[in-house]
Amino acid sequence: MPTSAAEVVFDKATKLYPGRPEPAVDDLSLTVPAGEICVLVGPSGSGKTTALKLVNRLIYLTEGEIRIDGTKIYDLDVTELRRSIGYVIQQVGLFPHMTVEANVGTVPRLLGWPKQRIRERSAELLELVGLDPAQDGARYPAQLSGGQQQRVGLARALAANPPLMLMDEPFGAIDPIVRARLQDEFLRLQQELRKTVLFVTHDIDEAIKIGDRIAIFRQGGKLAQYDTPEAILRRPIDDFVAEFVGADRALKALALRTLGELELGPPRDGPRATKDTTLRDALALLIDEHADIVAVTDADGAVVGSVTRDDLLQ
Amino acid sequence: MIVAAQFSPGTFVDAIHFMGNHAGLLLSKTGEHLELSGVALAIALVLALPLGLWLGHRHRGFLFAASVANVGRALPSLVLIAFGLTVLGIGFWNNTAALVVLAVPPILTNAYFAIDNIDRDVVEAARGMGFTERQILTRVELPLGLPLVVAGIRIAAIFVIATATIAAVAGGGGLGEIIVNQASYGLAGVVAASLCVSALAFLAALLLALVLRAASPRQGPAT
Amino acid sequence: MSVVFAGDPVIPNFGQGSACERNNGWFCTDWLHAHWGDTLQPALVQHIELSLIAIGIGLAIASALALVGFRYRLLDAPIGVLADFLYTIPSLALFQLLVPFTGLTVTTVEIALVSYTLLILYRNMIAGLDAVPADTLEAARGTGLTRVQTFTRVELPLALPTIIAGLRIATVSTVSIATVAAFVIPQGLGRPIFIALDQNIFKTEILASGLLVIALALFADALLVLGQRLLTPWTRVA
Ligand SMILES: Nc1ncnc2c1ncn2[C@@H]1O[C@H](COP(=O)(O)OP(=O)(O)O)[C@@H](O)[C@H]1O
Ligand SMILES: [Mg+2]
Repeated sequence: MPTSAAEVVFDKATKLYPGRPEPAVDDLSLTVPAGEICVLVGPSGSGKTTALKLVNRLIYLTEGEIRIDGTKIYDLDVTELRRSIGYVIQQVGLFPHMTVEANVGTVPRLLGWPKQRIRERSAELLELVGLDPAQDGARYPAQLSGGQQQRVGLARALAANPPLMLMDEPFGAIDPIVRARLQDEFLRLQQELRKTVLFVTHDIDEAIKIGDRIAIFRQGGKLAQYDTPEAILRRPIDDFVAEFVGADRALKALALRTLGELELGPPRDGPRATKDTTLRDALALLIDEHADIVAVTDADGAVVGSVTRDDLLQ
Repeated sequence: MIVAAQFSPGTFVDAIHFMGNHAGLLLSKTGEHLELSGVALAIALVLALPLGLWLGHRHRGFLFAASVANVGRALPSLVLIAFGLTVLGIGFWNNTAALVVLAVPPILTNAYFAIDNIDRDVVEAARGMGFTERQILTRVELPLGLPLVVAGIRIAAIFVIATATIAAVAGGGGLGEIIVNQASYGLAGVVAASLCVSALAFLAALLLALVLRAASPRQGPAT
Repeated sequence: MSVVFAGDPVIPNFGQGSACERNNGWFCTDWLHAHWGDTLQPALVQHIELSLIAIGIGLAIASALALVGFRYRLLDAPIGVLADFLYTIPSLALFQLLVPFTGLTVTTVEIALVSYTLLILYRNMIAGLDAVPADTLEAARGTGLTRVQTFTRVELPLALPTIIAGLRIATVSTVSIATVAAFVIPQGLGRPIFIALDQNIFKTEILASGLLVIALALFADALLVLGQRLLTPWTRVA
């Protein structure tokens, strides 16, 4: 089994499509630490997908290099490289002629695992992504909803326990409610699995929610800013990033922290909120209730402290 | 009976001579052939094209269209001609009827599937813009489905020209009369008539290809 | 008519036949009983043989051509045009045009029958392979399937319904066209039809032989539908 997570380094990586004057990815240098989720975000056509596909060599790199755990990807056998990287795309790309179970077992089969082990692994993964191995496993992709198909896509990508996952707008074609649930489940999974993930989206809110780090791309495949969500929201490097993250970036920043992370005042009276409420939701509560102080409770509902409006906005 | 010595590629030279010596005969037989094929194809078009287009537009009669296609292909031309003979007796109409029966399935099913398969979003958009059903069929669906519609007509034309040859056994006249009558015309005559009928089929196919090209909307390669 | 060969039994024998036969009735069951064994059954068996050989060879040639046309796209158009060319030649004419080369033989018949299968088989093979969705192919590549694995495990199975659809059309057409073979060789179900046409249009024999050809075509088609259901279970869901 490969190590559970790998470090990915883009080193002056450039992609020029033939017949195009401008590079699609321009001199990209970026390090994704092992076990972290790095979200590539930017307007359509800014080179996110290209950057992602450079890593599993679906697109050939023009200049510079990409290293996984210190090994240049062009020193590896392309088939081996791809089998050691999980790949999830928006259109899912499930094999319509194979059952769900067979889809999930694709890479293990290629790797020559024994049948029994493949079956166990498929069942384990389907359960992990919230599907029923006994029922859903025997179905064909056409019999599943979009959300379920995407779960199968994720399970298939995880099958051989790859240390690196590439995900290109995996939740892009799914309705907002199911998308939010899939995002939550994905984060829960990541708590457990601790893979290195390169995740492409054009939705800044998804990037803020999912990413340990965010790489913001601008037209021409240029990296505008690479930082934690917090830093990007609080200190956008230029007008482009500021505009891209939105005028409400201060509010978005509030959504990144919870009451429990603040220093609490003594218990006082006021509308109640639990410790894991985000600062943004707490502020909304104060506005809603025309109040100035939130009473912070623990999970059992006992008041353990308080936060003032000024504390929230500090 | 045929002599073994005749089985040689040299027969084609004889066939060319035959063409030169019997140009009048070949021409008049070709004329008969064209008349029989043309009448049958025209009748089949009138019967099958509107029906196929309309069913496709309404997305109705899938089973009907699919069955017509299947049964149509299973009907051997010779069997149809022979059946026609037993029912209608020898003559022009027996053969015409058989040819029409052969030509209807490809025209009908291609027209049906050409229209039925058109992207529903496009039709929906047209309907939303205020096209009448008739306008949708003639201005949106027909132009988009045209390649397939014409392909069906082309197959029907090839069938009809080929089968009109066989019609000679039922007194249909045409080039087939020479082809099935080696005793009178010799292998050279048979080969010459075969070349003529092949040329006829190619011309028909070519003509329809040109029609298609002229009528196709400029939207890049046909899909 | 020149198509009757010397030595053929004279059927029906109006002198000795039943009243139905003598009156050339529509469907004389006593004639069927008397001549199933010496006329219809042998013709049916020959017909099946002629068709099976043509389809088998056609399938092999079309597969080889499709592999070439799919791998080297430049060759796709010329192969298609060639197949189209063969398909356009009227069957009876093609039989006759081959006679100077291969004589009045089974070879002549098979060459012609095979020629007619190529267009539909080749076109459907290429269309089926081409229709595999881009995202499925990308998933296959991204998953680490090699070119050959992608072909055998993804493209070929997904193309199978289209390929079998082509095989169904080719099979039914071949059974149908094999009737015309009787113009060249005294074999197949076209044979009794010719004889009957020559014998004052003996209706029973024409109807019986014709219905046999149609039944054979539909039966072969049904077998292939069954085969497709077993081979491509994923096409029958949702
Ligand atoms: N195969 C290709 N050939 C040529 N240009 C391409 C190709 N794929 C993408 N591009 C171009 O490269 C740029 C970046 O595309 P892409 O990486 O898909 O952007 P994103 O995923 O951010 O929307 C775009 O201008 C796009 O048109
Ligand atoms: Mg993209």
